Amino acid sequence: METENYNKNILDARKSSIVITKGCDGKKGGICCDSNSVSGSVSQRACVYCGARVVLNPITDAYHIVHGPIGCSSYTWDIRGSLTSGEDIYRNSFSTDLQETDIIFGGIKKLEAAVDELMEKEENVKLIFIYATCIVGVIGDDVDALCNMKSSQYNIPVIPVKSPGFSGNKSTGYRMACDAIMKVLLPYRGKKKRKAINILGDFNLAGEMWIIKNYFKEMGIDVISGFTGDTSYEQMIEAPRASLNIVQCAGSSTYLANRMEEEFDIPFLKVSFFGIEDTTASLIRVAEALKDEEARKKAVLFCSKKEAELTEFLSLYHKNLAGKKAAIYVGGGFKAISLIRQFKAMGIETVVVGTQTGKKEDYEIMEGLVEPDTIILDDANPAELETFMREKGADILVGGVKERPLAYKLGIAFCDHNHERKFPLAGFEGIYNFTMEINKSINNPVWEFVS
Amino acid sequence: MLDLTPKEIMENRRMTINPCKTCEPVGAMFCALGAEKCMPHSHGSQGCCSYHRTVLSRHFKEPAIASSSSFTEGASVFGGRSNITTSVKNVFDIYKPDIMAIHTTCLSETIGDDVGSYIYDVEIPEGKTVLYASTPSYEGSHIQGFANMMIGFMKYMTKKTGVPNGRVAIFPGWVNPGDDRELKRIARLMEADYIYFPDHDGTLDHPMDGKNEYFHSNAGTSAKDIAALGDCQKLISMGTYCSTEPSEYLKKECKVPYSNIPVPVGVKLTDQYLLELQKITKKEVPAELEEERGRLVDLMLDAHQYVYKKKVAIYGDPDIVYGFTSLCLELGMSPKYIITGTPKDRWQKEIKALMDQYGVDESEYVVKADTDLFYLHQLIKNETVDLLLGSSYGKQIAKAEDIPIVRMGFPVLDRYGNPIQATVGYAGGIRYVEKIVDTMMDRLDRDVEDEDFEVVM
Repeated sequence: METENYNKNILDARKSSIVITKGCDGKKGGICCDSNSVSGSVSQRACVYCGARVVLNPITDAYHIVHGPIGCSSYTWDIRGSLTSGEDIYRNSFSTDLQETDIIFGGIKKLEAAVDELMEKEENVKLIFIYATCIVGVIGDDVDALCNMKSSQYNIPVIPVKSPGFSGNKSTGYRMACDAIMKVLLPYRGKKKRKAINILGDFNLAGEMWIIKNYFKEMGIDVISGFTGDTSYEQMIEAPRASLNIVQCAGSSTYLANRMEEEFDIPFLKVSFFGIEDTTASLIRVAEALKDEEARKKAVLFCSKKEAELTEFLSLYHKNLAGKKAAIYVGGGFKAISLIRQFKAMGIETVVVGTQTGKKEDYEIMEGLVEPDTIILDDANPAELETFMREKGADILVGGVKERPLAYKLGIAFCDHNHERKFPLAGFEGIYNFTMEINKSINNPVWEFVS
Repeated sequence: MLDLTPKEIMENRRMTINPCKTCEPVGAMFCALGAEKCMPHSHGSQGCCSYHRTVLSRHFKEPAIASSSSFTEGASVFGGRSNITTSVKNVFDIYKPDIMAIHTTCLSETIGDDVGSYIYDVEIPEGKTVLYASTPSYEGSHIQGFANMMIGFMKYMTKKTGVPNGRVAIFPGWVNPGDDRELKRIARLMEADYIYFPDHDGTLDHPMDGKNEYFHSNAGTSAKDIAALGDCQKLISMGTYCSTEPSEYLKKECKVPYSNIPVPVGVKLTDQYLLELQKITKKEVPAELEEERGRLVDLMLDAHQYVYKKKVAIYGDPDIVYGFTSLCLELGMSPKYIITGTPKDRWQKEIKALMDQYGVDESEYVVKADTDLFYLHQLIKNETVDLLLGSSYGKQIAKAEDIPIVRMGFPVLDRYGNPIQATVGYAGGIRYVEKIVDTMMDRLDRDVEDEDFEVVM
């Protein structure tokens, strides 16, 4: 791909992370992804700590103590929009707030005092996560040892989450979080199994976990625990009893699913509850995997009823939306894939699609879904997003917090599909919200004032 | 909401819970975004830069551009020299700023990266500037980072040529773009020829023009102006904690005398700003400003009965909290809890001196620096207040304790239109008196019995 803009605005080191689809005959794959960001490029990515924090944060009754200077704790204080039906301890921000003397003499004493203080002052502490940020390893704090000691002293899990920002990218952080979850679960290995599932990779943003749980209730399938949306310690430790794991956010949770399969012998199924097609297929596949014919029938019935309602609803919006062009820039590959599908159903063509942490196989699926000449990007920076959105004439961008102002400045409509979503976008309910959100942004009269 | 906060006050806690501050680098990044065509650069792990951009974007509802050294394991062991070299090349190749303002992080400070020598060695394109400031996250707060970055700019760019330019330098401290516009307007009305630094008017509240430029022309303090700070006749700097150290630096290096005044919130502090300008320009205060002042005082008189002796908790950054404490005292309110997370003990004495001016006895309020919102919540659980005044993070307390809240300071993450309007000056005073009084009266309307409910108030 050799357009003029492309050569002008794109760093050489970034060119292998951008692909232009060639249609069915073209060779697929070949995108460079899952690598480190380039220094001096304005990446939209965060770090290892961020990855670990976003995965674990929704565990509602855990104390999340951030060991490091104050920033890491400040910036992640109640930012995820994960809702709770139980405790709200996770909505507080706990930090050891390391100072210069701690950097010189070590911060482990402060951390120990913090844990002791917590145990002394708060009642019924069930679970503590301790995040070790950038400098903790550098100044030689042995967080692992302290956690072991405190776990046995207080007889509760005190789990280290080793997440120095530099030790990889956000995906590394997801793995660290999954390892931390496994540390909580491992003592409960060997529990008697029952026919029930765990939902992995849903964080109950705007209550999405509740929507999905309702579907399974409708089908007569028990859900033991979510990971990690609206989940409590008590629910988590029941998780090894499940007979099936379903994985929604594959980027963050496939690793957890793999480990749970190894340790607890729970097979897993990758699912997506975004879009009519994917939601329906996922529910039916779960019933099939559980060999529950009755649940399958219920799912088919339930989904076709929902789909019929939605078809009517979508036709109302079709004239508003058909023929528009979408750009997608989201965290993981699976979400991007579902978005492409749902946009298709709405008559919207995806012209630019990128992710922060997509895997090679995700990008291959995307290539199969989009029209020729679509731009596919891994770890894009604002310059690239701008260049390609302009070149392709995108009408709407689906992204996260840092992309919103970029879209608006370009006069492009926007839908947040990340922490700042205010309405659930999952399941059939999500289609209503998503369609209305896309419509209210794309067709808002405010764009008339943009010159 | 916030169910875990115990009523029994925990002094000398070992943990910070629900902070009322953040780390130095974000202050440096914010400061650097107030210079014309300047790319802030975070020398550390990728997440730092990402978090800072996110919080700035969420407060200003604008893109906040900045680049990162994107540290890897290797860099954290062998040092980040090559990250700086690559970054400088990439940033100038792609984004083409005039200035690249590098700040450090806890990581690069702890491993001992000597950024000063790295950028001394690096190849910098003709006519461009690369500068740096040390902003270790484990010291001070974001306020210190802001001050350090101002000094960083001056260290690398400000010259004393020996030829006085007769201009007055104005350091506004950490304020919103709307405040920048207001402070500059007042300076213009007072006929001052000023250099205003840093200036976020137009950089972090750029008007919608259908263009997405990384750097806007004629927005932010220009390189020429930053250089010329050394030849100014006088400096007026605002806010003890944002601006004293940069003022001292300019005085020491370039012999520019300064007056440090509080951030001009409310009547008296705005008067003080005008007086400082007047000392330099020797001009009469124009009728336009006289009238604005009159309207503010008139409004305060009209509404005073609704706020008199109402208890207010004010929390946030030290300079802006000082300003708002003053405004609340002028309104006859009772500042009950005055809190900052920034670790500066001296601030407590300054607040006390302010309270003394109004004859408020020490037993009637709590002032505390280097603390957090968990502490504030505990205080409130023991004796509640009528109003919260501070950042968005107070809304959890507001909900838990059913107290009305007026947002001010940084960050305001959950409301729109705040940063583009003034907090300072008589205009800012009018805006905030209205906000405070409206909020109190809305609450009154909500809570009164039907028989006491009035249309005319």
